[in-house]
Amino acid sequence: MAGRTLSFHPDDRFHAFLRTVPDPAFGEGRLSGMPVAVKDNISTAGIETTCASRILTGYVPPFDATVVSLLKKEGAAIVGKTNMDEFGMGSTTENSAFGPTKNPRDETRVPGGSSGGSAAAVAAGLVPLALGTDTGGSIRCPAAFCGIVGLKPTYGRVSRYGLVAYANSLEQIGPMAADVPHVNLLMSVIAGYDPKDSMSLDAPYFHTPSMDVRGTRIGVPEEFFGEGVDPRVASVVWDAISLLERKGAEIVTCRMPSMAYALAAYYVTCMSEASSNLARYDGIRYGPPVDVKKPWHEAFQERRREGFGIEVRRRIMLGTFALSSGYYGKYYAKAQAARQNVRKDFQRLFTEVDVLAGPTMPTVAFRFGEKSDPLSMYLSDILTVPANLAGIPAISVPCGKVEGLPVGLQIMGRWMEDERVIDVAYAYEQGGGP
Amino acid sequence: MNVIVGLEIHCQLDTKTKLFCGCSTDYRDDEPNTHVCPVCLGLPGSLPVINRKAVEYALRVAKALHCTVPEESVFARKNYFYPDLDKGFQITQYDRPLAVSGYLDIEGDEGEKRVRITRVHMEEDPGRLVHKGGMDRPRYSLVDYNRAGIPLIEIVTEPDLRSPKEARRFLNKLRATLEYLGVFDSEKEGSLRVDANVSLEGSERVEIKNITSYKGVEKALTFEVTRQKNALRRGQKIVRETRHFVEARGVTTSARSKEMEQDYRYFPEPDLPPVRVAGWVDGIVLPELPDARRQRFMAQYGCSLIHARTLTGDLRLADFYEKVAAGTDPVLAATWVADTLLGELNYRDMPVAAVPSDTFAELVALVQEKSVTDRNAVEVLRILLDQIKEKGSCEGPRACVERLGLRIIGTGAREGDDPLASAAREAIAENPRAVEDYRAGRKEALNFLVGQVMKKTRGCAKPSDVNAVLIRLLSGEE
Ligand SMILES: [Zn+2]
Repeated sequence: MAGRTLSFHPDDRFHAFLRTVPDPAFGEGRLSGMPVAVKDNISTAGIETTCASRILTGYVPPFDATVVSLLKKEGAAIVGKTNMDEFGMGSTTENSAFGPTKNPRDETRVPGGSSGGSAAAVAAGLVPLALGTDTGGSIRCPAAFCGIVGLKPTYGRVSRYGLVAYANSLEQIGPMAADVPHVNLLMSVIAGYDPKDSMSLDAPYFHTPSMDVRGTRIGVPEEFFGEGVDPRVASVVWDAISLLERKGAEIVTCRMPSMAYALAAYYVTCMSEASSNLARYDGIRYGPPVDVKKPWHEAFQERRREGFGIEVRRRIMLGTFALSSGYYGKYYAKAQAARQNVRKDFQRLFTEVDVLAGPTMPTVAFRFGEKSDPLSMYLSDILTVPANLAGIPAISVPCGKVEGLPVGLQIMGRWMEDERVIDVAYAYEQGGGP
Repeated sequence: MNVIVGLEIHCQLDTKTKLFCGCSTDYRDDEPNTHVCPVCLGLPGSLPVINRKAVEYALRVAKALHCTVPEESVFARKNYFYPDLDKGFQITQYDRPLAVSGYLDIEGDEGEKRVRITRVHMEEDPGRLVHKGGMDRPRYSLVDYNRAGIPLIEIVTEPDLRSPKEARRFLNKLRATLEYLGVFDSEKEGSLRVDANVSLEGSERVEIKNITSYKGVEKALTFEVTRQKNALRRGQKIVRETRHFVEARGVTTSARSKEMEQDYRYFPEPDLPPVRVAGWVDGIVLPELPDARRQRFMAQYGCSLIHARTLTGDLRLADFYEKVAAGTDPVLAATWVADTLLGELNYRDMPVAAVPSDTFAELVALVQEKSVTDRNAVEVLRILLDQIKEKGSCEGPRACVERLGLRIIGTGAREGDDPLASAAREAIAENPRAVEDYRAGRKEALNFLVGQVMKKTRGCAKPSDVNAVLIRLLSGEE
């Protein structure tokens, strides 16, 4: 029997998509006929998957990522691949080799990144559901900037099979949608054990969100309201936290000293892993053919120089340096020690509180070009990377506006307590949030 | 000048599937790139899943080599660019290997010797480059990923070996041990690769990379030891370097110094959890290993030490011998397998597996029942082996003996129709001068007559019988 198809011809003014499928097939199931946008670093059989990089131009995966298979199994229609920072390296989607995505809330601003295309597609109403990936905030940042909901699940709860690796030990695929119930629905489809991902956890996700937060202890780390956080953003987020308190939650301020080293630990780790992951793009198997008249070592260097964007090359070089002999101990090993400290800090805090809350991003969406200095761009990830370093779940839910631009409230939970994070976000969303 | 040798041996584990994916390892007669999947091609988004069987096999080796298996071992990435390396890194083990601190006892230059094993770790094989258009200056290269992801173990010894010959003996013993364990097939092309570290006491160490045959190890080391000794004799210093063994020419050549400076940027493989298998070791039941089998061959079959060592030095040979010995005199069978058959096989470059054991047992039985002389039995063996080599099978030894009329000629119970006696009479009649010489006391004349009789009986008589008959006839008893 011929499967049914959907007609998908979106008005993509914001350049959310790198490519769309005009007549995607769909089937029966919990997502029957629902259009789902998939970030372009998630493998889709038969649909070009480039990670927004020239080096993967023309690469059509022969297999579906496990999450994509799960979506299809539940009847979803894969309607297209969304724009992103090249290989996930960025917080604005400006690092796409194929041009930036605009923020549907304000076209002069970035949508955040790296899952900016997915966030914009949802915010613009082109799709109800989208998949993003979060290595150091890449789901939560664009969710906050575009005023939607995005969840970074507990590391291991969603299979990474088919996710083109950037920083394996940090990244997770996660759901993005306009509201918490839709994020919850998408999460219930994509979560679960996958024998193809050795780091996968056997923890299926079946959950009905509850808005009852009475008795929930919410910790608010001082460091999440420290230097660099826009006071107007801080104020909006405090209002949101107060609302949760009015709904019966108990608010506890706390400290997280390991935050001081979190960003450095994060960047050393992700760049080191990236330098290794991206070594396979040597011009032999992917992208335009190399000049075969040249010796191989010259040809592949040239291919990499031309095929990777500036930020990707920067991270490969820094990561290569951090892993090189004589520096491994100074950088990679130190970063892992700092990572342990972040984990321990979270463990300690989670004996006292049930979740932690704070802003997702220190500011509202940047203007295009505002973060041209890489270091200031890296600094904007300070509030999202701790969850990745510890592998814990974290969600961003819209909690108001500053000068008409969305602000995200971030809720982080205990390892494997994605459900509780969803509940607190749902409580806020249902409790008369903006 | 003491020679100091340490070895790093890479062996392919004989599992059915690859180390990190479900692809079949049985690729040798197949088209390039037909035993591949997203994982072993290193396609973006693919992830490794460890093959439990490969871990078991590696642990068997660790246990047989008396290693300690740490509570936790870790896979690591070895990063370097090479066209046969599909991911741009090899998944291997680095600072936390599967097993450490073992040993293997071998027959050393000065008797029984214990060679210490530093470590045993697991890793994946890269793909293979096929150079097209001339060995020296290939026009282009093709990559075959069928081999990519085949499980390897790397076994590293301490620098305990003292000569190229000892290194060879170590390798032979190691190979036998791995085959007894059922984890390794030495007859598969490319199943073993060796790097050797060699130095003369007090001098720098030289690494010889990628020796791909058992004989090559001894050859490469012999060349390298000679080269180093000559250099020192000429007052030159040995430089610490990596050298390649050029098998065809039997020499080692200096590799570019760049290769030595390669920084592999090892770090823990983030896609695989630590391996916690120390608990499996107790449950592993090792089969009878070469040393134990050698002892048993001596006790059970009465084999000599030398025969027992030869026969048990190769799993297939040992199995073959036991099948033959089951139906024949085991000591006679030992001589025939270890001395005669092995020599003929080596001469023809044939594996023992090519010979049906029941065929060979039949031949030994013919010798044992004195139906054929030793010499003619060897002749029959050669004919049978040539048949096998030519068409894959051979006739029965008994049939061959009958066909060629090689059945032994006895001294006969009755005089008169005794073929040996009549051949002897003929020889005496035809060679009156030799007879005269003999009777004149020149004993060597008898040897000439024996030769004549042997010729007439086409070797089907035993020389001792011929001797006896001739003496009897010449002494005029008839
Ligand atoms: Zn495979």
